[in-house]
Amino acid sequence: MKISHHLPEETLVAYSAGTLSEAWSLLVATHLALCPSCRTEAERIESVGGALLEELEPVDVADDAFAHLMQTIDDMSAEPVPARKSRPVPSLLPEPLKSYLGGDLHALKWRRLGKGAFHIPIKTRDGVAKARLLKVPAGQPVPMHGHNGQELTLVLVGAFQTYQGTFARGDIEGADPSVEHMPIAAPGEDCICLAVTDAPLRFKSLAARLVQPFIGI
Amino acid sequence: MHDAPKNGFSADDLAACLSAVAASQDRKAFRVLFEHFAPRVKAYGARLGCTPQQAEELVQETMVKVWRKAGLFDPAKAAPSTWIFRIARNQRIDAFRRESHPEFDPDDPCLVPEEETPADTMIERSQSAALLRASLETLPEEQKLLLHMSFFQDMSHGVIAEKLNLPLGTVKSRLRLAMGKLRARLDENKISLDEEPNK
Repeated sequence: MKISHHLPEETLVAYSAGTLSEAWSLLVATHLALCPSCRTEAERIESVGGALLEELEPVDVADDAFAHLMQTIDDMSAEPVPARKSRPVPSLLPEPLKSYLGGDLHALKWRRLGKGAFHIPIKTRDGVAKARLLKVPAGQPVPMHGHNGQELTLVLVGAFQTYQGTFARGDIEGADPSVEHMPIAAPGEDCICLAVTDAPLRFKSLAARLVQPFIGI
Repeated sequence: MHDAPKNGFSADDLAACLSAVAASQDRKAFRVLFEHFAPRVKAYGARLGCTPQQAEELVQETMVKVWRKAGLFDPAKAAPSTWIFRIARNQRIDAFRRESHPEFDPDDPCLVPEEETPADTMIERSQSAALLRASLETLPEEQKLLLHMSFFQDMSHGVIAEKLNLPLGTVKSRLRLAMGKLRARLDENKISLDEEPNK
C-alpha cells in the first residue's frame, strides 16, 4: 500500500505537541498507523519536544516531592510493569479508531444517511470538532457540498475520487471553506472513511439540507 | 558528537537509569531520573499555564508513570527526554484539558511497517538527541519561536497567528521550513555515518 495523500506538516506538529483537539488527533493517529512516513515524521517532531523539554529552565519542585512520590509508589498495589499486550486479531480498522468504535467493522451499527449512505458518530471528549465514520456505496456520489470550516477525511476501505484525484486506504483528503466538491466512491467496493469536521457541511440540494438537522452532519 | 548537559547526565546515562528501573526497580536510578526530569516537567506545566500546585501534580503523575512504564522504554526508538515528554504531554491533556491523546498501537497487526532496515534507524536515533539539540540552535529565531509556541502554549496555529499578527499561511510555512531544516540536518548526519565503515 502506497500512501499518496499525507497529513500537512503543521497538523503533525500540532498533534505531536499536544495542541490538536481529540477528534482531529483520532484521525491523525489512525493515519499514522497506516503511514510509516508520517509516523517517522511525528516521531521526529516528538523528539523536538524532548529536546525542548531538555532545554527548559528547570523549576524547583517542592522539597518533599520525591518522598511524596515514593510514598505513592509504595502504596500502589504491586502491579507488575505492564508487559506488551498480546497481538489482537487482524482487522481492517486500525487503532486507535477501533477502540473508539468499540468493535470491528462487522460489529458496527450503521445509521442511515439517505441515498444508500450510512454513518456512525464517534464519541470523543472534543468540545468542537466531530468525528464520524462514513460509508458511501460503491460507485455512488456524496451529494455536492461545501464546507463552513475545516474537514479532514481518511479513507479506510475502498476509494473515492474528487477533482483532486483518487483517495484510497490511508490517504487523507483535506477541505476548507474554499472547497466545494462531490466525491464519488470508486466502483467495486463500498467506501468507508473517517471524517472530522469543525462546522456543518453546506449541501447544495434542498433535500439534503432539509434532513441535515436530523442526522447532525 | 557528545553533548554535556548542564548537570552532567547524558541521554545514555538517563537511558541506563530507565533500564535499571525496568530491570530491578532501582530506586537510586529513579532518583537520578527524578532530579533531572522533575524540574523540567514542572517548567513544562508552568509554561502551559498550570498553577504551581497543578505543575507539582503533573510532576507526580508523570513520574509515577515513568516508574510503572519503564519496561516499555526502548532506547533504540527514542531518547529518554522524548519518551518522558510524551508521558508529560499526555498526562497534561488528560488532567487539565480533560481529553485524550489518541495514539496508534505499535502492536496493532494493522500497522503498516516501516520500509527502512532497523539497523539504519538505530544509527540515526542513537545520534539524533544530541544532534537535534545542536540543529535547533541553528534555526532562524522566527522559526524557533514558532516551535516553542507550538509546544509550550496551548494554542492552535490560528491563535498563534493572531497573537503574532501573522497570516496563518506564514505560521504554517515557517513550521514546515523549520522541520525541513531539521530533517535535512539529521539526514546529512545519517549519510556521513553510513560512509564511515567502522562506525
